[in-house]
Amino acid sequence: MVELLKKLTEASGVSGNEDEVRDIIREEITPLVDKIYIDGIGNLIAYKKGKGEDVKKIMLCAHMDEVGFIITSISDNGMLKFKPVGGIDPRVLISKRVYIGKDKIPGVLGIKAIHLQEPSERKNAVKVEQMYIDIGVSSKEEAEKLVNLGDYAIFASDMVEFGDNKIKAKALDDRVGCLTLIEALKEEYDHDLYACFTVQEEVGLRGAGVAAYHVEPDIAVVVEGTTCSDVSGVDEHMYSTIMGSGPAITIMDGSSISNKALIEKLKATGDAKGIPYQIKKGTTGGNDAGKIHISREGVATCVVSVPCRYIHSPSSVMDMDDLKNTIELVKEFVKGCE
Amino acid sequence: MRELLAKLTGTYGPSGNEEEISKVIEDEIRDYVDEIKTDVMGNLIAFKKGNGQGKRVMLSAHMDQIGLMVTHIDDNGFLRFSNVGGISVLNTINSKVIFKNGTIGNVSYESEIDNIKDIKLNRMYIDIGAKSSEEASNKVSIGDVAVYYSPLSDSNGRYIGGAMDDRAGCALLIQTIKELEDCKNDVYFVFSVQEEVGLRGAKTSAYSINPDVGIAVDVTSTGDTPKARTMAVKLGAGPAIKVKDGSVICHPKVKGLMIDRAEELGIPYQLEVLEWGGTDAGAIHLTREGVPSGAVSVPCRYIHSANEMVDGADLENGVKLLVAILEQEIEL
Repeated sequence: MVELLKKLTEASGVSGNEDEVRDIIREEITPLVDKIYIDGIGNLIAYKKGKGEDVKKIMLCAHMDEVGFIITSISDNGMLKFKPVGGIDPRVLISKRVYIGKDKIPGVLGIKAIHLQEPSERKNAVKVEQMYIDIGVSSKEEAEKLVNLGDYAIFASDMVEFGDNKIKAKALDDRVGCLTLIEALKEEYDHDLYACFTVQEEVGLRGAGVAAYHVEPDIAVVVEGTTCSDVSGVDEHMYSTIMGSGPAITIMDGSSISNKALIEKLKATGDAKGIPYQIKKGTTGGNDAGKIHISREGVATCVVSVPCRYIHSPSSVMDMDDLKNTIELVKEFVKGCE
Repeated sequence: MRELLAKLTGTYGPSGNEEEISKVIEDEIRDYVDEIKTDVMGNLIAFKKGNGQGKRVMLSAHMDQIGLMVTHIDDNGFLRFSNVGGISVLNTINSKVIFKNGTIGNVSYESEIDNIKDIKLNRMYIDIGAKSSEEASNKVSIGDVAVYYSPLSDSNGRYIGGAMDDRAGCALLIQTIKELEDCKNDVYFVFSVQEEVGLRGAKTSAYSINPDVGIAVDVTSTGDTPKARTMAVKLGAGPAIKVKDGSVICHPKVKGLMIDRAEELGIPYQLEVLEWGGTDAGAIHLTREGVPSGAVSVPCRYIHSANEMVDGADLENGVKLLVAILEQEIEL
């Protein structure tokens, strides 16, 4: 499982360019499902027939895409200008390594040296417009041989196991969800399962709305990597989630209010099976549930998340037990659905 | 109308927790409609059959109200909260709030803050009088939602209370259901959920009803208070026929039809251009292939505070206007 997580998090899949992640997932799950297809927007949808009678349609949803960059122009000196794709704090960018395009051309995010900055510039946080990607060439012509406008770039960040059962990686949001769905597909269920690996969540929940319209589920469970702010300098009441306290169940965020019966069912499942869980305290942000629950005539929807510190950065951190418990909770929830 | 409004505004129902208000409304209208159901999202949808020659009309008034969701209980029993819908700092400081189970508290802020501009919702708390975390936890849990506690008061023919947005609209729909007798059109009365967090209930109910015409019934702001932001809507000058707001430009024929009916019957009305905000019509008119939509608004002062004010005559005239719109043929 750790190996697959490594493969998934290191793959390139910025919103709109999810192919590499999708290929990995498709290979993993093809033997596990009855039908698999890619829809018009790029979502990977896998159907696993239920064994029971009077089955419901349960949609499990995780997004394949991650935040990253897109190359927007090449300067005469061969430096690349870029725009972020999805929400990235510009302050985490300087001096980070990136890979550009299919061939994973290495680059470094740079900015002019501090002694060249005006005093006023030093006081303010760096803006994306001031930065560039240096791919080690010295002319526009050389750069154009390696990179095209519109190429995507990802953080260059290997997954690392460290400390007390912790994982550092990029794109834990939402490859942890992808991994959960893959693991969930290994079990047999009474109900019809639709595992939806969606595109373009980070730029506006776009894939999930399309997938839900197509699947028309009775119940939807969104599996996410969510913010975790249990760190020094933060008042306890501002902790969104706490690392190591188990999967986080969302009551409300900026995009949806979870179905109350499903929240109770998740809690009851956790209690009955001895799986720890926590209630997410933060109510901002959004995820695929925002589009799924208002699809067509409305869908009963809930969200289960793995707490991830430093989310949307090259070094997100999670606890392996939180992921394992998330997988268990989702599996048991689907098994126990009535 | 006063008793109905008092009952509706006194019932608990923040976005996502509309069960109680839904039950109260259902009890009011059950005997007057042909069908009634609650959908997956919690929308209460009542159907009143017409004579078979008219249009499918959807009316929507939202049941939900804004609220304060508990996110953390501290060691001393104080509750930290987040907003459900448009809760503002200024309107909330020292407001009384009430939970579903009747627990009442006062909202205050970290008193080390000197400048009022520095007060944010995450530096405020609800004090329910608990002496410890345990005592507080016996009364409320994380995720519980409080609403402004503000029983209805009368003042010069006007009503002051919490949740006029949009229980005033619900009252109009209920009264319209009761007074509507000879109706050409098939009318779906939707008491929608989760309007305050993004017009969510109206979106799914409009999809399932698939109406020919949509009409939202909600409150709107006024420009008639001292040095108010300019707006040509006054309290007491009649129901407002919406021209536009931040969520919808009303269909000219729907708007025109409303004006015609008001003129014919001599019902006072005013035209509403709201430069911000939105209402269920914003979701309805974009449903499926598009739905010609409009809105009738109840002028309301101090929206999203504990003390919203509406005018009794505006409510009566609002019902007259809705009945007139629904009873006659609707041509688009």
